[in-house]
Amino acid sequence: MSAKTIDLTLKVWRQKGQNSEGSFKEYPAKGVSVHASFLEMLDQVNEALISQGQDPIAFDHDCREGICGSCGFMISGNAHGPIKSTTVCQLHMRNFENGEVLTLEPWRATAFPVIKDLMVDRSAFDRIITAGGYISVNTGNAPDGNCLPIPKPDADEAFASAACIGCGACVASCKNASAALFTSAKISHLALLPQGQIEKEKRTIKMVEKMDSEGFGACTSTGACEASCPKDISLTNIARMNREFLKAALCEKPEHHHGEG
Amino acid sequence: MMRQVALGTVELQTRREMLDLVVVDGKARGIITRNLLTGEIEAHEADAVVVCTGGYSNVFYLSTNAMACAVTAAWKAHKKGAFFANPCFTQIHPTCIPVHGENQSKLTLMSESLRNDGRVWVPKEKGDKRPPQDIPENERDYYLERVYPSFGNLAPRDVASRQAKYRVDEGRGVGETGMAVYLDFRDSIKRLGADKIEERYGNLFEMYAKIAGEDPYKTPMRMYPAPHYTMGGLWVDYNLMSTIPGLFVAGEANFSDHGANRLGASALMQGLADGYFVLPYTLGDYLAKTKLDKVSIEADPFKAAINQVNGDITKLMSIKGTRTVESFHKELGRIMWEYCGMARNEKGLLKALELIPKLREEFWTNVRVPGEANYLNPELEKAGRVADFLELGELMCRDALERKESCGGHFRTSTKLQTMKLKGTMKNSAILPLGSGMDQVKLKLGTKKNSNLKTLNSQLAVINRGLYVS
Repeated sequence: MSAKTIDLTLKVWRQKGQNSEGSFKEYPAKGVSVHASFLEMLDQVNEALISQGQDPIAFDHDCREGICGSCGFMISGNAHGPIKSTTVCQLHMRNFENGEVLTLEPWRATAFPVIKDLMVDRSAFDRIITAGGYISVNTGNAPDGNCLPIPKPDADEAFASAACIGCGACVASCKNASAALFTSAKISHLALLPQGQIEKEKRTIKMVEKMDSEGFGACTSTGACEASCPKDISLTNIARMNREFLKAALCEKPEHHHGEG
Repeated sequence: MMRQVALGTVELQTRREMLDLVVVDGKARGIITRNLLTGEIEAHEADAVVVCTGGYSNVFYLSTNAMACAVTAAWKAHKKGAFFANPCFTQIHPTCIPVHGENQSKLTLMSESLRNDGRVWVPKEKGDKRPPQDIPENERDYYLERVYPSFGNLAPRDVASRQAKYRVDEGRGVGETGMAVYLDFRDSIKRLGADKIEERYGNLFEMYAKIAGEDPYKTPMRMYPAPHYTMGGLWVDYNLMSTIPGLFVAGEANFSDHGANRLGASALMQGLADGYFVLPYTLGDYLAKTKLDKVSIEADPFKAAINQVNGDITKLMSIKGTRTVESFHKELGRIMWEYCGMARNEKGLLKALELIPKLREEFWTNVRVPGEANYLNPELEKAGRVADFLELGELMCRDALERKESCGGHFRTSTKLQTMKLKGTMKNSAILPLGSGMDQVKLKLGTKKNSNLKTLNSQLAVINRGLYVS
């Protein structure tokens, strides 16, 4: 299936490290199979760069099936490129025209410092998750089937929120670099399920506080995050987060020290 | 675990790769890691080490595994003395999206559940390049239904994979590359309606459409087998401890649960069983029973391991040859796929054992690793992994050569067929390759009486069951 190929020009953001200055450099991508994925096209460019003794373009990736959340950068202003509900690893070159000029940039946000080229440090997301803590359900014998009844629509909604892969496209697309869509998806996923009720208030407050302290901007409900999300995470998650946060702020019990372990 | 993280008893160290195991007085007492962001080499001392680093399907270059999956951690433990069991037991999954060309970097698995409603076929004629919808019913070969009437499209993984290979080898493969077979939902859509099919497989159909650029509701999917899971791994006892005391291995990295051919959904189950039900007891038992002296990362075995790791990195960086790491990995993958893939024989394996050491020698004299060692360097990471795959590949071929019988994922085409005469009214004999998954049932029937065929079929069914259950 390698018959049809296209030629492209890439303008790629090159930056050695967090504290170095970056700039755009131009590279040709010639003879790209239309069946290749965007990352396979970059592999091809990198192979050529290495052979010419140049530094290959650094980008994050792992599963290349759109499920791990490692990959992602801006392609001519669009997070993960022009096709909806698609990560760059699942974006295929048949979606581009011969001769196109594409601009590749890393996610740009204060909370996501550039590691190198198109790679950014998204550990702020990890710290938001960690701030949410854990669910106090002990492992052990499997519970009886149906002992925790969950209505199908709730299960489906929780699942839809859980589909977030934490890639960071929402932050990169937001004019405020807000992490509201990501944080709200994580809060919603557990808030919708009975297992998540016990620590719901504490979790919501801690995750929202962490989100703010990591340097993400505020949400102004523009909706660019939803439009760019490769996993179709819905804006209603943000409404739910705001509601849960308000409820929690009013109802939260004073924190007392407990020595669980 | 996150509870322990919150309590401060567990610290997560992300973006690190284990590059060596440290053995002190015969016991596993630590590991050496490389910080992938800074390139720093770090030593960690421990009372015991648990390796959960997954399988090695990426030895084939193209597989359903993620790009960073490697054998490195397990291989370094093997080089420190842990036994490696059944390396040649690899599973080739039948339903994956086929290769499109030279720049392909990975293969995507489509769920096996698709075979519940999809029918697998190829054209009867060699080199039939008509689009699938133009090939009339009587010119299609639904080969799984034909060869295995009782299993049909639900034949076991290794059998379905090899049958696809046979069809492609016969020149009846489909698509531009001819390296695929059709998985057709036309009849199920007719029978159940597109809605029902969407409800069952909607996400998979969407994924396929994205990757292949074709609508599987209208035209059959193209499928081809791909390396997916490795049953072999570090040898462990019932406590999941390797042959090095204090080194425990869980999940796909060990060899323990799947024999020669893993069954559906059991990899996740093994992860849960090892993690929830085995290790919490056996690891505690080991620590309770074992007298462990204090070790420090200043001790000689740690220093020696760090020197080894640094030495390997310096060597890789200093070769400055002409070939990229990726090109070596691709070549190794092609050798493994050709000679140690779905079907293996003595001639091919001997050939691979000639090619791999040569390739390894070229790697260590002609590889080009750009960048710096003490900084983020994805090419250096890959180079280390490929160096280990180049050693593992040879071991896999040696194991496959040694194992003259066919067994699950390991299929020897040269296995001398054990013949078995069926009793009864049969005039002639049926030759059955026992243990081969019934791929090459050769029937020599002089008088094709219906009753004879029936007897034969029922006996085959019994043998089939015996083979697949055991």
